[in-house]
Amino acid sequence: MATIAPIHGTPELSERRVNYLNVEHGWKSWLFTTDHKRIAILYLISITLMFFVGGLMAVLFRINLLEPEGIFAPETYNRLFSAHGIIMVFFFLVPSIPATLANFLIPIMVGAKDLAFPRVNLLSWYIYVVGALLTLYAVIRGGVDTGWTFYAPYSSTYSNSYVLAAAFGVFTAGFSSILTGLNFIVTVHKMRAPGMTWSRLPLFVWSNYATGLIQVLGTPVLAITLLLLAFERIAHVGIFDPNIGGDPILFQHLFWFYSHPAVYIMILPGMGVISEIVSCFSHKRVFGYNFVAFSSMAIAVLSFVVWGHHMFITGESMYTSLAFSFLSFMVAVPSAIKVFNWTATMYKGSISFDTPMLYAFGFIGLFTIGGLTGLYLAALGTDVATHGTYFIVAHFHYVMVGGMVMAFVGGLHFWWPKMTGRMYPEAWAKFAALIIFLGFNLTFFPQFILGYLGMPRRYHAYPPEFQALNVLSSAGASILGVGYVIPMIYFLWSLKYGKRAGMNPYDARGLEWTIPSPPTTFNFDTTPVVTQEAYDYGELEEVVG
Amino acid sequence: MWANLSLLSDLQLFPVAASAQAGSIDGLYWWLTIVSGVMTFLIFLFIVIFAWKYQRKPGVKATQIEGSTKLELTWSILPFFVMLSFFWWGAKIYYAAQNPPKNAMEVFVTGKQWMWKIQYPDGSREINALHVPVGQPVKLTMASEDVIHSFSIPAFRVRHDVVPGHYDTIWFTATKAGHYHLFCTEYCGNEHANMIGWVDAMEPREYANWASGGGGGGDLVTQGQQLFQQNGCSTCHLLDSQGRCPNLRGLYNHPVQLADGRTVLADDAYIRESILDPNAKITAGFEPNIMPVFKGQLSEENVIQLIAYIKSLSPTTPASQQGERLQRPVVLAPQGKNGAIKTGASPIVPAQR
Amino acid sequence: MAETLVPAGQEELEAQETHLRHHFATPEQQTDAATLGMWTFLITEVLFFGGMFTAYAIYRTMYPGAFASTSEFMDVRLGGANTAVLICSSLTMALAVRAAQLSRRKDLIRFLILTMIFGTVFLVIKGIEYHAKWVEYKVPGFRFTYEPSYYFHHAQILFSLYFYMTGMHAIHMVVGLGLLTYLVIQAWRGIFHARYFAPVEMIGLYWHFVDIVWIFLFPLLYLIGHKR
Repeated sequence: MATIAPIHGTPELSERRVNYLNVEHGWKSWLFTTDHKRIAILYLISITLMFFVGGLMAVLFRINLLEPEGIFAPETYNRLFSAHGIIMVFFFLVPSIPATLANFLIPIMVGAKDLAFPRVNLLSWYIYVVGALLTLYAVIRGGVDTGWTFYAPYSSTYSNSYVLAAAFGVFTAGFSSILTGLNFIVTVHKMRAPGMTWSRLPLFVWSNYATGLIQVLGTPVLAITLLLLAFERIAHVGIFDPNIGGDPILFQHLFWFYSHPAVYIMILPGMGVISEIVSCFSHKRVFGYNFVAFSSMAIAVLSFVVWGHHMFITGESMYTSLAFSFLSFMVAVPSAIKVFNWTATMYKGSISFDTPMLYAFGFIGLFTIGGLTGLYLAALGTDVATHGTYFIVAHFHYVMVGGMVMAFVGGLHFWWPKMTGRMYPEAWAKFAALIIFLGFNLTFFPQFILGYLGMPRRYHAYPPEFQALNVLSSAGASILGVGYVIPMIYFLWSLKYGKRAGMNPYDARGLEWTIPSPPTTFNFDTTPVVTQEAYDYGELEEVVG
Repeated sequence: MWANLSLLSDLQLFPVAASAQAGSIDGLYWWLTIVSGVMTFLIFLFIVIFAWKYQRKPGVKATQIEGSTKLELTWSILPFFVMLSFFWWGAKIYYAAQNPPKNAMEVFVTGKQWMWKIQYPDGSREINALHVPVGQPVKLTMASEDVIHSFSIPAFRVRHDVVPGHYDTIWFTATKAGHYHLFCTEYCGNEHANMIGWVDAMEPREYANWASGGGGGGDLVTQGQQLFQQNGCSTCHLLDSQGRCPNLRGLYNHPVQLADGRTVLADDAYIRESILDPNAKITAGFEPNIMPVFKGQLSEENVIQLIAYIKSLSPTTPASQQGERLQRPVVLAPQGKNGAIKTGASPIVPAQR
Repeated sequence: MAETLVPAGQEELEAQETHLRHHFATPEQQTDAATLGMWTFLITEVLFFGGMFTAYAIYRTMYPGAFASTSEFMDVRLGGANTAVLICSSLTMALAVRAAQLSRRKDLIRFLILTMIFGTVFLVIKGIEYHAKWVEYKVPGFRFTYEPSYYFHHAQILFSLYFYMTGMHAIHMVVGLGLLTYLVIQAWRGIFHARYFAPVEMIGLYWHFVDIVWIFLFPLLYLIGHKR
């Protein structure tokens, strides 16, 4: 167990105990805070709002797809799916776990009082808000219809929508992501408590460290790409438009150089959450700690050399495609290692089925399917048959929603008592987890079939023989929507009426469970001294093989 | 709507396979599906077994296990080899897709917001409809007038982006007569979902019947020749002697020495660029800025016609054998459709330079 | 913080002197964190400019003739002068860091102000060049003209990249000048000394980085087709 030096007094659950939430009051104490925990809460509120805005768009366009000829005008549909993609990717998925859970937990997990640069952390939230407002402005003024990928020359020359505002919003939000990543990297390197060696870091920290590297290295390229796009749109200079000398393929290379690694920004932190949850509810150390930690780093590195698999059918040379296909298979290996290790962690464990564990089960299952269907797209032959269809839509929703959102909601349940000092209602939470799992599969599984049948993505109308599967998918989406609203309600309810949580309600290990719930502003009264490995649930008894 | 059971009656779960390559792609698809299915099943199975067997019981503690390097290596290396099989199979299919057979019938496709325009060698044209004979390899050369489109025929398992400023090609051999969907699968604006059409694969005899109907305005080469005259190309690009501009006879598929020292192959893309933006690559020994820029003056369809004409001025020596230039009139194999392409009517004179 | 280990008064004094923020245990940790943070930030910057350099490399390969022909409109003398100015400013910046390390307050202020002067000279020269481009209709999107006309589109790409890259660079210079102003004020107040000079060092790193970017921009943009 990660032990800490004795804390002054016992952390009683007394009503008046000072913690980071009640130490100061008033809006100023929130808007000018440099406490990483308060900033995490600010982020949590903002990304939740964005999640529901993006989700609403999804509900609307799933309604449109109930009828083969569509219900809304094509303009409306195109703006809905574009807004959904832009908001969900850049304003929910990318900041989801890093800016909320990791922001809250990383300093505590490494035994620090705060992130290395608390003011930069606050700045990153303000930048995020500005970016989000710009994008929402674009959506409200009339929307943007380029899809989240902003492919040139459509976005730079042909689209008559608010591309500039949206692109600028994404550009801005990118800096928020860079600053978060930078803060994590420095914190993990320089702020670890005495005795907190690299091999004792919780896997959640490892995965967010890897994420930070991607954020720092990838995001600036997206920023510059969007600036070039904006420049072309304003000044009509042929950077991407071939009619005036540019090259649209360059846009795709630059865009995916960021956006493929960004996929791992969106999933790595989720993998970290699952490592924590599986270990805690199996009451057992993570099987193969070194391999799980190493696989996070391997994913981060490999993620930068696979972007070309988005262009197999865009006319890149055959040898380029071969190389990218091969590398794309390579990145699947460390992902597989993680899945096997989580499963092996349960072996001879003492497993309890609390809500976070249910989400972890959901994650492992859905991520497995999402990951394996990725192989269809990495293989050059089947990519040709599935590219640009609903198969891809289903694949990345299995990874992003089935994976990342599951991990996010699971992690939120896991650390909710730590963040708020209150327990959520267990029965409702289990019910919601089940609803989300069922609704998710009903929504997205039919899309695999639709995709191989050939239904293209981003179609507001489709041939009638695809209707049955689309209706199934829309039905699933409505169930999924309900599934997401339930936790929203009981989380808010629990803030006032939830059972008070102790310091360590799940008997988990890790520094965050050695301090009161909710923590005080500086987390630790005295700097902890770590003497044990992570996940020290008992003496090592057996070594397999 | 929810109660409409007739929806389920036409529920389709797997697409028709109507081309030669569909079989191998489906084969890989099923191999992937079997492996994925087994993997998913095993992981689910282990989770269920562990969850059942090791559920928390009072008094029973978890057994702490560090890990196992042997196991880790096993489950890293085994999947690696399975993945190599996917890679190898996929690469094989992709390689074949890059290399159309020499006897392929050529059809030209131009994507434009929001329609597909099809041109046949005999000069006939269609919009949002493509007719192909069963059993005959068909090569599509595709261009875009505006944004990126993607040409997709799910029943044939073929798809390729059509990127403006580039020529993209795909090929297929239809194996089953039928009426198949044609989709645009790269988002291209408002009516993206209506940039669709039909592909009719017909038995060769029916196809010949259908084909004999069209082509009133002469074949592609004739159309190109007319454009060549109308646009005044022939005043400088003399065909029998050297004019102010390079002689185009024997140009196609041969290397061209450029003024800046580079050498490029005169393929479709090069000729297209040289028509639309003549100064991009200046042939050695010629002045820039003599030929007018045709960008915006000629449509992609016109360019296709001109290229067909310029091609007809050259022997069909493949690039790989360009060392041995054949000095003989070229006869193309009959193309299944409306007879042979009119090429090589006169003996070929190697390009003079 | 090991408050109990050191007599409270001395520790507090040291914390004040080294401007130790509450969440760091020691001044060394604070400096280390700042250094790593700055280097990480600079890596981000490298990739930011990297995107533009990639675009440049690709279009230069695609349109070598057009790119070379633009050299005629690039003022090598002004560009060269600017290179010299920036190299001087890097020197004075390095001297400023050294002055801070040696607690020489007056030298520090002097060198910082010299660096700012060089920076300003750079921006003024840049402004003169921009003005010349404006007068010659070489600003893409604003009545851009080009002879020979067949290079119009491709030369316009080079000029876009020119404004884009030098513009980004100039924005970084302006930010740098702002940071230097802040340093001068702090130095005036006597905040920096041998045990606390991290801000000078960090901003120095940033300044050197911006200089290095220029060292790449100058040959790529000014000397492409330059003969002699």
